[in-house]
Amino acid sequence: MKNVTLTINGKTLSVPSGTTVFDAARSLGVEIPALCHHESLPVVSACRLCLVEVEGSRKLQTSCSLLATDGMKVQTETPRLIKYRRAILQLLLDSHPNDCLTCQKAGECLLQKYAYQYGVTFREHDGARRPAQTDLSSPYIVKDDSKCILCGRCVRTCDQVEKERQVLAFAGRGYATRIVADDDKTLETSKCVSCNRCVSLCPVGALLDRRIMGKVRPWEAEVRVKECRSCDYGCHFDVYYKDGKAVAVKARAPEPGRPLCLRGRLMTELLWLERPDTPWRKIGGKFVKASWVKVLGLQRLIDKMELLDAPGDRQ
Amino acid sequence: MITTERDLITIENLREVRERARVKLDGRLKGVSGIAAWEGGYKLTGPFYEKQQRVVLRNCGIIDPENVEEYVALGGYSALAMLLKDWDPKRVIDEMTRSNLRGRGGAGFPTGRKWAEAYRHDVPQKYIICNADEGDPGAFMDRSVLEGDPHSVLEGMAIAGYAVGADMGFIYVRAEYPLAVERLRTAIAEAHERGLLGERILGSDFSFDIELRLGSGAFVCGEGTALMESIEGKRGMPRTKVYRTSHRGLWDCPTIINNVETFANVPVILEKGVDWFLGIGTEDSPGTKVFCIVGKVNNAGLVEVPMGTTINEIVYGIGGGAADGREVKAVQTGGPSGGCIPKSLFDTPVDFGSLARIGSIMGSGGMVVMDDTDCMVDIARFFLDFTVDESCGKCVPCREGTKRMLELLEKITKGKGEEGDLEALSELGEVITSTSLCGLGQTAATPVISTLHYFRSEYEAHVRDKKCPAHSCKELLEYFITEKCIGCTKCARVCPSACISGKVKERHVIDASRCVKCGACQAACPTGAIIKQ
Ligand SMILES: Cc1cc2nc3c(=O)[nH]c(=O)nc-3n(C[C@H](O)[C@H](O)[C@H](O)COP(=O)(O)O)c2cc1C
Ligand code: SF4
Ligand code: SF4
Ligand code: SF4
Ligand code: SF4
Ligand code: SF4
Repeated sequence: MKNVTLTINGKTLSVPSGTTVFDAARSLGVEIPALCHHESLPVVSACRLCLVEVEGSRKLQTSCSLLATDGMKVQTETPRLIKYRRAILQLLLDSHPNDCLTCQKAGECLLQKYAYQYGVTFREHDGARRPAQTDLSSPYIVKDDSKCILCGRCVRTCDQVEKERQVLAFAGRGYATRIVADDDKTLETSKCVSCNRCVSLCPVGALLDRRIMGKVRPWEAEVRVKECRSCDYGCHFDVYYKDGKAVAVKARAPEPGRPLCLRGRLMTELLWLERPDTPWRKIGGKFVKASWVKVLGLQRLIDKMELLDAPGDRQ
Repeated sequence: MITTERDLITIENLREVRERARVKLDGRLKGVSGIAAWEGGYKLTGPFYEKQQRVVLRNCGIIDPENVEEYVALGGYSALAMLLKDWDPKRVIDEMTRSNLRGRGGAGFPTGRKWAEAYRHDVPQKYIICNADEGDPGAFMDRSVLEGDPHSVLEGMAIAGYAVGADMGFIYVRAEYPLAVERLRTAIAEAHERGLLGERILGSDFSFDIELRLGSGAFVCGEGTALMESIEGKRGMPRTKVYRTSHRGLWDCPTIINNVETFANVPVILEKGVDWFLGIGTEDSPGTKVFCIVGKVNNAGLVEVPMGTTINEIVYGIGGGAADGREVKAVQTGGPSGGCIPKSLFDTPVDFGSLARIGSIMGSGGMVVMDDTDCMVDIARFFLDFTVDESCGKCVPCREGTKRMLELLEKITKGKGEEGDLEALSELGEVITSTSLCGLGQTAATPVISTLHYFRSEYEAHVRDKKCPAHSCKELLEYFITEKCIGCTKCARVCPSACISGKVKERHVIDASRCVKCGACQAACPTGAIIKQ
């Protein structure tokens, strides 16, 4: 494949043609901030944080959608860019609850990270804020719309598993835009399968894994990556250890051909956690507590194994 | 061979059909008042039309839009026939490029350049889209063309299809335009019947079809990429452009999207020749532009003039100045996200470049005339209110930033403005303009930025003195005692802040600086002498 040579912040590099400036920068070790962009998802350029300056053009360009070309000269941290990034972050914080103290996402929240990096803080004002609307209907996921920054990552990742998932969507417009499940149902009554793809990609605390809440915070945990052995896809999960004890499991971002599912997650919990929480099953749009045997569909296997293992049967 | 009414029209018999249709049209228009023969065709007469030059609207109000023969009678489909007979697609592209026809949907992008890009990509499927979403409130340029001369748009699209190698076109039209939809349906059906659309157009090898798609009425769906999302059945949100749509547009295929007025220009440019077209308008922007002039003006309506006509000429010469004997103060061009131009700049010629230089845009051709009773701060608030509602919510600066700007403007027009608010408005305006994803956000702040620039003193009066110089912002009105006062002292007695003074039987005076605007005096006055102004 053809290569193109460009300059980023004064450093010259060659990348395969078709590479975005965002990825080219990353390969140089230059991190451009982005909230909506993720390598597993289609590019939407919605958060506008990854804007860069390209020599010869007054118009700023989003590096996530800008293809590198020969001779292109890019700057990623000019005073103008910094000013705009601060303004954009401030706009996000102005609509956001000042809740980092107790937010489960603190420590791994991208909004928090960039606010820190660019020195932007919460402030008092009389204007609108995103209304508090929390969906607690699922035992696996907490959806807190007041913290949502509408990056659309959840919508895009849920959409990638065609037919079976495609639960989440944008609704409303302008400032009243929201993420909804099906036609504004709860996660429980919607067709959500609790795979937690959306949770794993939400950059803020708007979609949280409910089974980790209150158990451990990111900075006090030791995290080990485990591969799910429940099926051939081999998705990855983080197992959180606190004081040497495995306390929680969290889905890692889905990878190509690794879709994530609830069964795999529960299997991972059962394998690694000392005392996993009671599992739940969704039956006819209602979550009900279930036994591990039921939720994992093991009854027939166990019966069969018991039958085969019974001493009288041995020859 | 004698052709009959319902026969297929072909390259060979077009002339014969035209001549026969012309005789019929001449017969029908004979003695019709308001229409006169002109330059081998017809024109509308009367003072409102005298100063106009109707190229796009050449047939509107003259021909019967539901009868393709009347369109043919005045030269319709002869450009298409000529190309199919003698021109290769490359020549069409070159001529369109030479004409420098700039897109009439707002951005003024050169049509030929767009077509050339789509032509360059050698793939089996390409599309032509006509953008007939016309979401600007109060604008009806495109609607008039669709209702009055639908075949000019169909012919323009077919020519584009031939030039770039597309066999399929869509017209995305607002569902709120039922008559336009009806006329288009009729025109498409009639064009099919006569061999002007569909398989083997005019008996040639070229095939091209057109389907209608009805828009949902969201303003942002007029944005090219949001429109394509909508045709694809998705939520109408603008896309980020990794590639131009003329490279990867509808369903990822090379797609030409042009405005109704742009397409309506195409047949006549090719029929009369590019040199003829270049002789109209300016070098920067050849041709004419249709404007929809509304607001506080004497003669509101559709106006088509050569590019480069001054605002003065349009507002006073054709529009007849302000209505009700008032003073014109400003004109806002370019729809809800255009800039407000003060009267002092009315000698500016109207073309893409000149308008941009004075902080406004051509947009789709809306012109709102404002008089001395219009408060420019409130005008800015009004337009922003529209964009806030219409923002699709996808990107942060537009979704969040316009909302904050609107909150600031509401605060200022309510007399609650503070030191620093104007600076905050400017800064937000800059951020939203420079960082938004699509044209809606990128231009949303224009009404605010332009009024802050040209009418800053009005903003300052609101913020510092809590006064609205145009006496328009209700909450900034002051109580005032007129000469009807009989000096009964009732008002002074009820005033809670004791700011009314005056002797018995003499006219009383309110000290506006201490007045708390409770309205008690007005309620107490027996003669109705106390007013708000
Ligand atoms: C918010 C927004 C609304 C728009 N609405 C329209 C519209 O109603 N009609 C139109 O022709 N173009 C509209 N446009 C411009 C289109 O994006 C596009 O530039 C145009 O259709 C291209 O055609 P042209 O080159 O012939 O002007 C709009 C753009 C934006 C950003
Ligand atoms: S989502 Fe992030 S920014 Fe918001 S409260 Fe939680 S940690 Fe703080
Ligand atoms: S958990 Fe899975 S199915 Fe449910 S909304 Fe999230 S991504 Fe979609
Ligand atoms: S819920 Fe999270 S991932 Fe989804 S749009 Fe909101 S912030 Fe983005
Ligand atoms: S999480 Fe589900 S899909 Fe992924 S490997 Fe495990 S069982 Fe398979
Ligand atoms: S600028 Fe506004 S309308 Fe355009 S994509 Fe962003 S939010 Fe949507």
